[in-house]
Amino acid sequence: MISVFLSGDSWAHRLPAGVKLLAVAIGSLLLFRTETLWVFLVCLALVLAAYVSLGSGAVQRLRLLKGLSIFLAAILALHWLSGTVMDGVIAILRLCVMVLAASFVSMTTRMDDMLAAVMPLFRPLEWAGFSARKPALGVTLVLRFAPHLMEIFGVLREAYQARTGKRSSWRLIAPFALQALKMSDNVAEALAARGGSQGLTLK
Amino acid sequence: MPDRSLVHVAFYAALIAVLGLLPPVAIPALGGVPITAQTLGVMLAGIMLGPVRGGLAVLLFLFLVALGAPFLSGGRGGLGVFAGPSVGFLIGWPVGAFVAGLIMRATTNASVLFSAAVAGAVGGILVVYAFGIPGISFMTGLSLPKAAVGSAIYIPGDLIKVAIAAVIAQTIARGLPGAVLSRS
Repeated sequence: MISVFLSGDSWAHRLPAGVKLLAVAIGSLLLFRTETLWVFLVCLALVLAAYVSLGSGAVQRLRLLKGLSIFLAAILALHWLSGTVMDGVIAILRLCVMVLAASFVSMTTRMDDMLAAVMPLFRPLEWAGFSARKPALGVTLVLRFAPHLMEIFGVLREAYQARTGKRSSWRLIAPFALQALKMSDNVAEALAARGGSQGLTLK
Repeated sequence: MPDRSLVHVAFYAALIAVLGLLPPVAIPALGGVPITAQTLGVMLAGIMLGPVRGGLAVLLFLFLVALGAPFLSGGRGGLGVFAGPSVGFLIGWPVGAFVAGLIMRATTNASVLFSAAVAGAVGGILVVYAFGIPGISFMTGLSLPKAAVGSAIYIPGDLIKVAIAAVIAQTIARGLPGAVLSRS
Protein backbone atom coordinates (compact mmCIF):
# COMPACT_ATOMS: atom_id res chain seq x y z
CA MET A 1 0.00 0.00 0.00
CA ILE A 2 1.29 3.45 -0.82
CA SER A 3 1.35 5.95 2.00
CA VAL A 4 -0.48 9.25 1.88
CA PHE A 5 1.97 10.66 4.39
CA LEU A 6 4.86 12.65 3.00
CA SER A 7 7.83 12.45 5.36
CA GLY A 8 9.45 15.74 6.17
CA ASP A 9 9.91 18.40 8.78
CA SER A 10 8.15 21.43 7.34
CA TRP A 11 6.08 24.04 9.14
CA ALA A 12 2.98 21.99 8.29
CA HIS A 13 4.43 18.79 9.76
CA ARG A 14 5.17 20.61 13.00
CA LEU A 15 1.62 21.97 13.40
CA PRO A 16 -0.41 19.89 15.88
CA ALA A 17 -2.77 17.46 14.13
CA GLY A 18 -5.76 18.78 16.08
CA VAL A 19 -5.15 22.28 14.77
CA LYS A 20 -4.96 21.06 11.17
CA LEU A 21 -8.10 18.91 11.48
CA LEU A 22 -10.01 21.75 13.09
CA ALA A 23 -8.82 24.15 10.40
CA VAL A 24 -10.09 21.85 7.64
CA ALA A 25 -13.41 21.27 9.42
CA ILE A 26 -14.00 24.96 10.10
CA GLY A 27 -12.67 25.92 6.67
CA SER A 28 -15.12 23.67 4.84
CA LEU A 29 -17.97 24.92 7.00
CA LEU A 30 -17.07 28.48 6.05
CA LEU A 31 -16.68 27.57 2.38
CA PHE A 32 -20.29 26.41 2.40
CA ARG A 33 -21.42 29.74 3.77
CA THR A 34 -20.10 31.67 0.82
CA GLU A 35 -20.84 31.84 -2.90
CA THR A 36 -18.37 34.60 -3.69
CA LEU A 37 -15.96 33.74 -6.49
CA TRP A 38 -12.95 35.69 -5.27
CA VAL A 39 -13.06 34.03 -1.85
CA PHE A 40 -12.61 30.65 -3.52
CA LEU A 41 -9.83 31.91 -5.76
CA VAL A 42 -7.97 33.27 -2.72
CA CYS A 43 -8.47 29.98 -0.84
CA LEU A 44 -7.25 27.98 -3.83
CA ALA A 45 -4.18 30.20 -4.12
CA LEU A 46 -3.49 29.76 -0.40
CA VAL A 47 -3.80 25.97 -0.56
CA LEU A 48 -1.60 25.80 -3.65
CA ALA A 49 0.95 28.04 -1.94
CA ALA A 50 0.93 25.63 1.02
CA TYR A 51 1.74 22.75 -1.34
CA VAL A 52 4.51 24.70 -3.05
CA SER A 53 6.02 25.63 0.32
CA LEU A 54 6.62 21.92 1.02
CA GLY A 55 8.72 21.40 -2.09
CA SER A 56 8.50 19.23 -5.19
CA GLY A 57 7.29 16.08 -3.40
CA ALA A 58 4.14 17.90 -2.33
CA VAL A 59 3.64 19.57 -5.70
CA GLN A 60 3.65 16.14 -7.33
CA ARG A 61 0.73 15.21 -5.09
CA LEU A 62 -1.35 17.82 -6.93
CA ARG A 63 -1.85 15.16 -9.59
CA LEU A 64 -4.72 13.93 -7.42
CA LEU A 65 -6.69 16.70 -9.14
CA LYS A 66 -6.20 14.80 -12.41
CA GLY A 67 -8.14 11.88 -10.97
CA LEU A 68 -10.94 14.26 -10.02
CA SER A 69 -11.03 16.07 -13.34
CA ILE A 70 -13.69 13.90 -15.00
CA PHE A 71 -15.89 14.32 -11.97
CA LEU A 72 -15.32 18.07 -11.95
CA ALA A 73 -16.13 18.28 -15.65
CA ALA A 74 -19.37 16.37 -15.03
CA ILE A 75 -20.38 18.83 -12.32
CA LEU A 76 -19.72 21.76 -14.62
CA ALA A 77 -21.60 20.10 -17.49
CA LEU A 78 -24.63 19.42 -15.27
CA HIS A 79 -24.66 23.02 -14.13
CA TRP A 80 -24.22 24.24 -17.69
CA LEU A 81 -27.23 22.17 -18.77
CA SER A 82 -29.38 23.65 -16.05
CA GLY A 83 -28.14 27.15 -16.83
CA THR A 84 -26.22 27.74 -13.62
CA VAL A 85 -22.63 27.72 -14.91
CA MET A 86 -21.49 30.10 -12.20
CA ASP A 87 -22.75 27.76 -9.46
CA GLY A 88 -20.83 24.98 -11.19
CA VAL A 89 -17.59 26.98 -11.18
CA ILE A 90 -18.07 27.74 -7.48
CA ALA A 91 -18.81 24.08 -6.71
CA ILE A 92 -15.67 22.97 -8.54
CA LEU A 93 -13.47 25.53 -6.80
CA ARG A 94 -14.96 24.53 -3.44
CA LEU A 95 -14.28 20.88 -4.16
CA CYS A 96 -10.68 21.54 -5.24
CA VAL A 97 -9.93 23.64 -2.18
CA MET A 98 -11.49 21.11 0.21
CA VAL A 99 -9.91 18.03 -1.37
CA LEU A 100 -6.50 19.70 -1.54
CA ALA A 101 -6.75 20.98 2.03
CA ALA A 102 -7.85 17.57 3.38
CA SER A 103 -5.06 15.82 1.46
CA PHE A 104 -2.63 18.39 2.77
CA VAL A 105 -3.55 17.39 6.32
CA SER A 106 -3.09 13.66 5.69
CA MET A 107 0.09 14.40 3.78
CA THR A 108 1.66 16.22 6.72
CA THR A 109 0.20 14.31 9.69
CA ARG A 110 1.47 10.97 10.91
CA MET A 111 -1.17 8.33 11.59
CA ASP A 112 -0.52 8.17 15.33
CA ASP A 113 -0.76 11.97 15.60
CA MET A 114 -4.05 11.83 13.73
CA LEU A 115 -5.29 9.15 16.13
CA ALA A 116 -4.28 11.15 19.16
CA ALA A 117 -6.05 14.23 17.84
CA VAL A 118 -9.41 12.49 17.36
CA MET A 119 -9.24 10.51 20.58
CA PRO A 120 -10.67 13.10 23.01
CA LEU A 121 -13.92 13.13 21.02
CA PHE A 122 -14.53 9.56 22.09
CA ARG A 123 -13.83 9.95 25.81
CA PRO A 124 -17.57 9.71 26.55
CA LEU A 125 -17.54 6.16 25.15
CA GLU A 126 -15.19 5.10 27.93
CA TRP A 127 -17.69 6.19 30.54
CA ALA A 128 -20.09 3.71 28.97
CA GLY A 129 -17.48 0.97 29.11
CA PHE A 130 -16.33 1.00 25.46
CA SER A 131 -12.79 1.49 24.24
CA ALA A 132 -12.24 5.02 22.98
CA ARG A 133 -9.37 3.86 20.79
CA LYS A 134 -11.37 1.87 18.31
CA PRO A 135 -13.43 4.66 16.72
CA ALA A 136 -10.21 6.60 16.20
CA LEU A 137 -8.57 3.61 14.57
CA GLY A 138 -11.72 3.17 12.48
CA VAL A 139 -11.42 6.73 11.18
CA THR A 140 -7.85 6.25 10.03
CA LEU A 141 -8.73 2.89 8.49
CA VAL A 142 -11.48 4.52 6.41
CA LEU A 143 -9.16 7.30 5.27
CA ARG A 144 -6.73 4.65 4.07
CA PHE A 145 -9.31 2.26 2.61
CA ALA A 146 -11.12 4.82 0.48
CA PRO A 147 -8.24 5.63 -1.92
CA HIS A 148 -7.20 1.99 -1.96
CA LEU A 149 -10.68 0.87 -3.04
CA MET A 150 -10.53 3.38 -5.88
CA GLU A 151 -7.18 1.93 -6.91
CA ILE A 152 -8.58 -1.60 -6.98
CA PHE A 153 -11.50 -0.46 -9.12
CA GLY A 154 -9.17 1.57 -11.37
CA VAL A 155 -6.94 -1.46 -12.07
CA LEU A 156 -9.97 -3.64 -12.87
CA ARG A 157 -11.39 -0.98 -15.15
CA GLU A 158 -8.13 -0.54 -17.05
CA ALA A 159 -7.87 -4.28 -17.58
CA TYR A 160 -11.48 -4.38 -18.77
CA GLN A 161 -10.84 -1.46 -21.11
CA ALA A 162 -7.78 -3.21 -22.56
CA ARG A 163 -9.78 -6.38 -23.19
CA THR A 164 -12.99 -4.93 -24.57
CA GLY A 165 -12.40 -1.30 -25.51
CA LYS A 166 -15.37 -0.33 -23.38
CA ARG A 167 -14.83 1.96 -20.43
CA SER A 168 -16.68 0.28 -17.62
CA SER A 169 -19.33 -2.31 -16.95
CA TRP A 170 -21.50 -3.72 -14.24
CA ARG A 171 -19.48 -6.91 -14.74
CA LEU A 172 -16.69 -5.29 -12.75
CA ILE A 173 -18.80 -5.13 -9.59
CA ALA A 174 -18.36 -8.77 -8.60
CA PRO A 175 -14.54 -8.98 -8.97
CA PHE A 176 -14.27 -5.59 -7.30
CA ALA A 177 -16.36 -6.65 -4.30
CA LEU A 178 -14.48 -9.92 -3.92
CA GLN A 179 -10.99 -8.40 -4.29
CA ALA A 180 -11.82 -5.52 -1.95
CA LEU A 181 -13.26 -7.85 0.71
CA LYS A 182 -10.16 -10.07 0.49
CA MET A 183 -8.05 -6.96 0.99
CA SER A 184 -10.01 -6.03 4.12
CA ASP A 185 -9.43 -9.55 5.48
CA ASN A 186 -5.70 -9.10 4.91
CA VAL A 187 -5.83 -5.81 6.80
CA ALA A 188 -7.65 -7.49 9.70
CA GLU A 189 -4.97 -10.20 9.81
CA ALA A 190 -2.16 -7.65 9.59
CA LEU A 191 -3.74 -5.74 12.46
CA ALA A 192 -3.99 -8.91 14.56
CA ALA A 193 -0.39 -9.82 13.71
CA ARG A 194 0.72 -6.48 15.13
CA GLY A 195 -1.03 -7.06 18.42
CA GLY A 196 -4.46 -5.73 17.46
CA SER A 197 -5.83 -2.33 18.32
CA GLN A 198 -4.64 -2.83 21.91
CA GLY A 199 -1.08 -3.09 20.62
CA LEU A 200 -1.03 0.43 19.23
CA THR A 201 1.15 2.64 21.34
CA LEU A 202 0.20 6.24 21.84
CA LYS A 203 2.54 9.03 22.71
CA MET B 1 -15.81 -5.06 19.39
CA PRO B 2 -13.18 -7.41 17.94
CA ASP B 3 -10.60 -5.87 15.61
CA ARG B 4 -11.88 -7.88 12.67
CA SER B 5 -15.33 -6.30 13.08
CA LEU B 6 -13.72 -2.89 13.29
CA VAL B 7 -11.93 -3.46 9.99
CA HIS B 8 -15.19 -4.56 8.38
CA VAL B 9 -17.03 -1.51 9.71
CA ALA B 10 -14.27 0.74 8.37
CA PHE B 11 -14.31 -1.11 5.05
CA TYR B 12 -18.00 -0.43 4.45
CA ALA B 13 -17.64 3.17 5.60
CA ALA B 14 -14.92 3.57 2.97
CA LEU B 15 -17.12 1.85 0.39
CA ILE B 16 -19.91 4.36 1.03
CA ALA B 17 -17.35 7.13 0.53
CA VAL B 18 -16.03 5.67 -2.74
CA LEU B 19 -19.54 5.12 -4.12
CA GLY B 20 -20.27 8.77 -3.38
CA LEU B 21 -17.29 9.80 -5.49
CA LEU B 22 -18.71 8.14 -8.59
CA PRO B 23 -20.33 10.79 -10.77
CA PRO B 24 -24.14 10.85 -10.62
CA VAL B 25 -25.89 9.04 -13.46
CA ALA B 26 -28.98 10.59 -15.03
CA ILE B 27 -31.32 7.99 -16.51
CA PRO B 28 -33.56 9.50 -19.22
CA ALA B 29 -36.32 6.91 -18.66
CA LEU B 30 -36.63 8.22 -15.10
CA GLY B 31 -36.92 11.85 -16.14
CA GLY B 32 -33.20 12.55 -16.05
CA VAL B 33 -32.98 12.70 -12.26
CA PRO B 34 -29.32 12.30 -11.28
CA ILE B 35 -28.73 9.14 -9.26
CA THR B 36 -25.73 8.73 -7.01
CA ALA B 37 -24.44 5.38 -5.85
CA GLN B 38 -23.93 6.51 -2.27
CA THR B 39 -27.11 5.05 -0.74
CA LEU B 40 -26.19 1.77 -2.44
CA GLY B 41 -23.29 1.69 0.01
CA VAL B 42 -25.63 2.43 2.93
CA MET B 43 -27.89 -0.48 1.91
CA LEU B 44 -24.92 -2.81 1.44
CA ALA B 45 -23.50 -1.94 4.86
CA GLY B 46 -26.71 -3.06 6.56
CA ILE B 47 -27.25 -6.05 4.29
CA MET B 48 -23.71 -7.38 4.57
CA LEU B 49 -22.75 -6.47 8.13
CA GLY B 50 -26.01 -6.87 10.05
CA PRO B 51 -27.75 -4.28 12.22
CA VAL B 52 -25.12 -3.12 14.72
CA ARG B 53 -22.00 -3.17 12.56
CA GLY B 54 -23.94 -1.86 9.54
CA GLY B 55 -25.29 1.08 11.51
CA LEU B 56 -21.84 1.75 12.97
CA ALA B 57 -20.28 1.72 9.49
CA VAL B 58 -22.66 4.49 8.39
CA LEU B 59 -22.05 6.43 11.61
CA LEU B 60 -18.30 6.17 11.08
CA PHE B 61 -18.74 7.43 7.54
CA LEU B 62 -20.83 10.39 8.72
CA PHE B 63 -18.23 11.15 11.40
CA LEU B 64 -15.55 11.43 8.73
CA VAL B 65 -17.82 13.70 6.72
CA ALA B 66 -18.30 15.87 9.79
CA LEU B 67 -14.54 16.08 10.23
CA GLY B 68 -14.38 17.64 6.78
CA ALA B 69 -13.73 14.73 4.45
CA PRO B 70 -15.44 15.51 1.10
CA PHE B 71 -17.01 12.05 0.98
CA LEU B 72 -20.67 12.86 0.37
CA SER B 73 -21.81 12.63 -3.26
CA GLY B 74 -20.91 15.77 -5.13
CA GLY B 75 -17.75 16.12 -3.07
CA ARG B 76 -19.61 17.64 -0.17
CA GLY B 77 -18.30 17.37 3.35
CA GLY B 78 -17.68 19.24 6.55
CA LEU B 79 -20.11 20.31 9.19
CA GLY B 80 -21.99 22.39 6.61
CA VAL B 81 -23.86 19.39 5.18
CA PHE B 82 -25.44 18.81 8.56
CA ALA B 83 -27.02 22.24 8.35
CA GLY B 84 -28.56 21.65 4.90
CA PRO B 85 -32.09 20.59 3.93
CA SER B 86 -31.09 16.97 3.34
CA VAL B 87 -29.82 16.45 6.88
CA GLY B 88 -32.85 14.24 7.62
CA PHE B 89 -31.65 11.72 5.04
CA LEU B 90 -28.21 11.65 6.64
CA ILE B 91 -29.80 10.93 10.03
CA GLY B 92 -31.95 8.26 8.40
CA TRP B 93 -28.96 6.44 6.86
CA PRO B 94 -27.56 4.71 9.97
CA VAL B 95 -31.10 3.82 11.09
CA GLY B 96 -31.84 2.46 7.60
CA ALA B 97 -28.68 0.33 7.64
CA PHE B 98 -29.65 -0.93 11.09
CA VAL B 99 -33.14 -1.92 9.92
CA ALA B 100 -31.73 -3.54 6.76
CA GLY B 101 -29.42 -5.61 8.95
CA LEU B 102 -32.32 -6.61 11.22
CA ILE B 103 -34.28 -7.82 8.20
CA MET B 104 -31.30 -9.89 6.97
CA ARG B 105 -31.11 -11.46 10.44
CA ALA B 106 -34.85 -12.14 10.58
CA THR B 107 -35.06 -13.79 7.16
CA THR B 108 -32.18 -16.26 7.26
CA ASN B 109 -34.41 -18.94 5.73
CA ALA B 110 -34.99 -16.94 2.54
CA SER B 111 -32.42 -16.64 -0.25
CA VAL B 112 -29.82 -13.89 0.07
CA LEU B 113 -31.17 -12.26 -3.09
CA PHE B 114 -34.72 -12.02 -1.71
CA SER B 115 -33.70 -11.00 1.83
CA ALA B 116 -31.34 -8.33 0.52
CA ALA B 117 -34.02 -6.90 -1.78
CA VAL B 118 -36.51 -6.61 1.09
CA ALA B 119 -33.84 -5.26 3.45
CA GLY B 120 -32.73 -2.68 0.88
CA ALA B 121 -36.27 -1.54 0.11
CA VAL B 122 -37.41 -1.23 3.73
CA GLY B 123 -34.15 -0.06 5.32
CA GLY B 124 -32.68 1.87 2.41
CA ILE B 125 -35.87 3.54 1.14
CA LEU B 126 -38.76 3.41 3.63
CA VAL B 127 -36.76 4.20 6.77
CA VAL B 128 -34.46 6.73 5.10
CA TYR B 129 -37.38 8.68 3.62
CA ALA B 130 -39.26 8.50 6.92
CA PHE B 131 -36.42 10.62 8.31
CA GLY B 132 -35.59 12.58 5.17
CA ILE B 133 -39.02 13.99 4.31
CA PRO B 134 -39.70 15.47 7.77
CA GLY B 135 -36.12 16.74 7.60
CA ILE B 136 -36.77 18.70 4.41
CA SER B 137 -40.04 19.94 5.82
CA PHE B 138 -38.33 21.10 9.01
CA MET B 139 -35.40 22.80 7.30
CA THR B 140 -37.30 24.51 4.47
CA GLY B 141 -40.73 25.17 5.97
CA LEU B 142 -42.41 23.17 3.19
CA SER B 143 -45.46 21.09 4.09
CA LEU B 144 -44.88 17.35 4.51
CA PRO B 145 -46.76 16.37 1.30
CA LYS B 146 -44.81 18.93 -0.72
CA ALA B 147 -41.53 17.69 0.75
CA ALA B 148 -42.61 14.13 -0.07
CA VAL B 149 -43.44 15.02 -3.67
CA GLY B 150 -40.06 16.71 -4.03
CA SER B 151 -38.25 13.62 -2.75
CA ALA B 152 -40.35 11.12 -4.68
CA ILE B 153 -38.41 11.72 -7.91
CA TYR B 154 -35.47 9.86 -6.36
CA ILE B 155 -37.45 6.73 -5.48
CA PRO B 156 -37.19 5.02 -8.92
CA GLY B 157 -33.42 5.44 -8.76
CA ASP B 158 -33.42 4.02 -5.26
CA LEU B 159 -35.35 0.98 -6.46
CA ILE B 160 -32.63 0.36 -9.06
CA LYS B 161 -30.06 0.56 -6.28
CA VAL B 162 -32.05 -1.98 -4.24
CA ALA B 163 -31.87 -4.38 -7.19
CA ILE B 164 -28.12 -3.80 -7.60
CA ALA B 165 -27.53 -4.23 -3.86
CA ALA B 166 -29.45 -7.55 -3.92
CA VAL B 167 -27.42 -8.84 -6.87
CA ILE B 168 -24.13 -7.80 -5.26
CA ALA B 169 -25.12 -9.48 -1.99
CA GLN B 170 -26.00 -12.64 -3.89
CA THR B 171 -22.69 -12.53 -5.80
CA ILE B 172 -20.69 -12.12 -2.60
CA ALA B 173 -22.67 -14.88 -0.89
CA ARG B 174 -21.58 -17.18 -3.71
CA GLY B 175 -17.97 -16.06 -4.13
CA LEU B 176 -17.03 -15.29 -0.54
CA PRO B 177 -19.79 -16.70 1.73
CA GLY B 178 -17.93 -15.75 4.91
CA ALA B 179 -18.24 -12.07 3.96
CA VAL B 180 -22.02 -12.03 4.45
CA LEU B 181 -21.58 -11.28 8.14
CA SER B 182 -25.28 -10.61 8.72
CA ARG B 183 -25.83 -14.32 8.06
CA SER B 184 -22.98 -15.79 10.09
